[in-house]
Amino acid sequence: MFTAILAITLLALILGLVLGFAAIRFKVQGDPIADQIDKILPQTQCGQCSFAGCRPYAEAIAAGEVDINRCPPGGEATIHALADLLEVEFKPLDEECGVEKPKVLAVIDEERCIGCTLCIQACPVDAILGAAKHMHTVIASECTGCELCLPPCPVDCIDMVETKTNPNTWRWPDPAHIDLKRGGEKP
Amino acid sequence: MPLSRLSSPFLAGTNRVTLQMLQLLAALIPAIIAIVYFFGPSVLITMILAVVVALIAEALMLWLRNRPLKPFLTDGSAIVTAVLLAIAIPPLAPWWLTVIGTLFAIIFAKHLYGGLGYNPFNPAMIAYVLLLISFPLEMTTWLPVASLSEQPLNISSAFQFIFNGPLASSIDAVSGATPLDAMKTQIGLQQIPTNIAQQPLFGFWGGKGWEWINIWLAVGGLFLLYRRVITWHIPVAMLAGLTAISLMTWFIAPETTASPLFHLFSGGTMLGAFFIATDPITASTTLKGKLVFGVGVGLLTYIIRVWGGYPDGVAFAVLIMNMLVPLIDYYTQPKVYGALKQ
Amino acid sequence: MKQKLGSFPGGLKLNGHKKRSTQLAIRKMPLSKKLILPLQQHIGEASTPIVAVGDKVLKGQKIARAEGHVSVPLHAPSSGIITAIDEQPIPHPSGLTALCISIETDGQDEWIKRRPIADFTALSAHEIRQLIREAGIVGLGGAGFPSFIKLNPSVHHTVETLIINGVECEPYISCDDMIMRERADGILDGIEIMCFALRVKECLIAIEDNKSEAISAIELALSSRPHLQNTKVVIIPTRYPAGSEKQLIQVVTGKQVPTRGLPIDIGIVSHNIGTSYAIGRAIKHGEPLISRIVTVTGREVKHAGNFETLFGTPMHELLSFCGTERQADEPFILGGPMMGYNLSGDHLPVTKTANCILVGVDDGAKSSTPLPCIRCGECAVACPVSLLPQQLYWFSRAKDLDKVSEYNLFDCIECGCCSYVCPSEIPLVHYFRFAKTEIMNQQQEHAKADLARIRHENRLERLQLEQQEKDLRQQQRKAALAATQAAKVKKAAELPVEPLATDSQESQ
Repeated sequence: MFTAILAITLLALILGLVLGFAAIRFKVQGDPIADQIDKILPQTQCGQCSFAGCRPYAEAIAAGEVDINRCPPGGEATIHALADLLEVEFKPLDEECGVEKPKVLAVIDEERCIGCTLCIQACPVDAILGAAKHMHTVIASECTGCELCLPPCPVDCIDMVETKTNPNTWRWPDPAHIDLKRGGEKP
Repeated sequence: MPLSRLSSPFLAGTNRVTLQMLQLLAALIPAIIAIVYFFGPSVLITMILAVVVALIAEALMLWLRNRPLKPFLTDGSAIVTAVLLAIAIPPLAPWWLTVIGTLFAIIFAKHLYGGLGYNPFNPAMIAYVLLLISFPLEMTTWLPVASLSEQPLNISSAFQFIFNGPLASSIDAVSGATPLDAMKTQIGLQQIPTNIAQQPLFGFWGGKGWEWINIWLAVGGLFLLYRRVITWHIPVAMLAGLTAISLMTWFIAPETTASPLFHLFSGGTMLGAFFIATDPITASTTLKGKLVFGVGVGLLTYIIRVWGGYPDGVAFAVLIMNMLVPLIDYYTQPKVYGALKQ
Repeated sequence: MKQKLGSFPGGLKLNGHKKRSTQLAIRKMPLSKKLILPLQQHIGEASTPIVAVGDKVLKGQKIARAEGHVSVPLHAPSSGIITAIDEQPIPHPSGLTALCISIETDGQDEWIKRRPIADFTALSAHEIRQLIREAGIVGLGGAGFPSFIKLNPSVHHTVETLIINGVECEPYISCDDMIMRERADGILDGIEIMCFALRVKECLIAIEDNKSEAISAIELALSSRPHLQNTKVVIIPTRYPAGSEKQLIQVVTGKQVPTRGLPIDIGIVSHNIGTSYAIGRAIKHGEPLISRIVTVTGREVKHAGNFETLFGTPMHELLSFCGTERQADEPFILGGPMMGYNLSGDHLPVTKTANCILVGVDDGAKSSTPLPCIRCGECAVACPVSLLPQQLYWFSRAKDLDKVSEYNLFDCIECGCCSYVCPSEIPLVHYFRFAKTEIMNQQQEHAKADLARIRHENRLERLQLEQQEKDLRQQQRKAALAATQAAKVKKAAELPVEPLATDSQESQ
């Protein structure tokens, strides 16, 4: 019996050494968790999560201070991705922060713009082109749809317009909805 | 006429699941006739019982799982599982053995994994192994060949035997060991295989009767190959693997090993090679993977037969290789067009 | 003359169904009252209109210019008046609209002044390419890639082989077959021009062995051009999808185009036979691309055949010209039965990439509810690209987009061989198309998000910098103020003490 105990102990020690060696020698440098969370967030920088942008929210999640369901522009897909990454339960979007809306872009009505630069200062990604007493215009390819430019505008000349699909951005419908449930209908 | 699909292609070939299953059943007919000829009609009773139970169990599970009944009941997969199981278990198996086995195969080994296409393990083999381990006595009570038996059974006595159980006195008179079983025990008793093969239980190559069943199973398998229901990879690989290892050991120690021909034509070899290991759902999917899978089944069958605890190793071999399928598939991916270095 | 042929794995032997549409010669489709021309009939950037509503245009007049490098101009197919430049429904699986120029024809069919070139060898290769571009020529095999780009050897300097694709492997389609039978000379005109532009060593015209009339016609035409020593016909076995560019290259030369590479990386360029004909017309006769041969066939078509059709012709006119029995809004197929897509509206226009209109397919796919995958592996055996369609299916279904890309989803040519052989009748190609558009959409969103993140960080940096400068300036101001204060105090301390005011006042 004594030899059995000795044998097992020795085996455990050797295997432990092997594992420890492997843990050091084959260690893979991963991203810090805040970076990984930030990569998943949509970068709208809208502040609906009550943080000043996506990065502070990511860091707060990494620190475990807040829930993962505070991002309306990211929607359900983002919450699922965060839940997968952090291995926590999925939670539906927190209604207090906002609702999931279709993608929109800001468009300035040039007839009404007075050139006050208040919206330029508000835009978190500098997507508005213009200067004092000059026409302002939103660079559509840079606009994230955060709507932070709407409140500061004194003449209310900014509209949020839904982006339309064109044949180049159209996506094939999901074939998996033709699943075999009773009667062959959608589950 | 509205188009049935949203996306191309709008043409479809003639390959269908039901057609494949029907051809499989057709390929088994010669072998079933051989079994009836050599061992009496009791296998037919077991088969019918198994098919009925399988269909009822399948219907029940589909209804519980909220799936449409018609496409799945008519695809033939439950019938194939039942028939293969009925062939694998002893012909005089009591009715409750067949029922338990079939229920386990359909409910646990198939539907609880997700139904058709989702089970990782071959349902017929799972059921066989369950029965073998749980009811070893009934599962090793094999009938001898009709010509050898003192009391060959006819259909009514077979019926009685299966449903009412045997009379205590008649078991030994009716049952006997299989050739594989006999070979294994007698080698263990230091008998020389060539001498063992002279006994009346044995025929030209394998066991008497058994070799014919295996031959007809091989013929059925060739029919399946011709009809492209299965590809040649798994049967050839399995038989090659089995032959290779048994040839090797036979050359090294001919006094203590049976000949490769014996192994090829005994027990479940041909059934396994052409009908069981080729089950598409549980076997490897890549062509190279199929070769690896087949060789693995062949090798393991021999190892279990000779050095393992059971006289026939096909069922265990298949189940073990089923476990390895995802690994095999991962490492045998074909080289995509353009990936070759010029 | 025997070329050693390679082969590709998998593929299918399909019933051709071509006899129905090859009984009669190519017929000319009568002029339509209205022509609708989408501004994007090619891969790349859409063209920009250079006409306005109300303008009168002549046949062959340029009405839209190329935009960016991967683009070609658009020409009026007949003379008439521009009635609109607006969003119209276009032939596309989405059924969406796009910007189109609408022309009301005046029936005169009056040509613009054409500039045929008798001797193209007097021009430089670059000039020829520009002429081909200006003629609006794109690949007429169905993809619509601007042809002038594929006629530029660029950094490779010479091209080993030019392959002319006369294979037409997809069932029902026969436009290439007919153009080879009837216009072989015109095709060879184009081939000569292309060989010149590419400086090729040899040219191989690949034709499937089921097109014996076409083979004879081309060989006859070749025999009357003895100077074309380096051009020959290569007959390849009929197997779908031998006409797919990468597979054709593998059959004709035995070589494989490297992943993420182009055929020119291995010294090969491939063009469709219809494109060759169009290039011949453009250079030799000065005609821009304004029409193409369209096959109209299928079970519901009474007088199936091939028709020379002006672009912009509404499809319903073609269908009624052929005597088609069809309910309104009944879907039909644009393209072949293996790779085409279904359309329900027939007021859509014929475009540069419309090779076939198919109404009523024999041995069409019946069931619309597939069984689960039984992992039989037939799809992998049939795949000409050696992919694993069942794995791609599992991952697409699970929406595991990373794994799907890892298993080479973007190498899939969407030929449909896998769906054809599937015993469970799973619409595999639909899953792959879905996964591809999901991945591309995801990549676009990630790119946009990355850009937004960078802009945001830059903005924060800029604000921080401005704040720092402000603080620095304030500090400097404070320091300057403090310095002047200190100087004042110092100065005050150095001055002698002034006598009291009363003394001075009394002394006055």
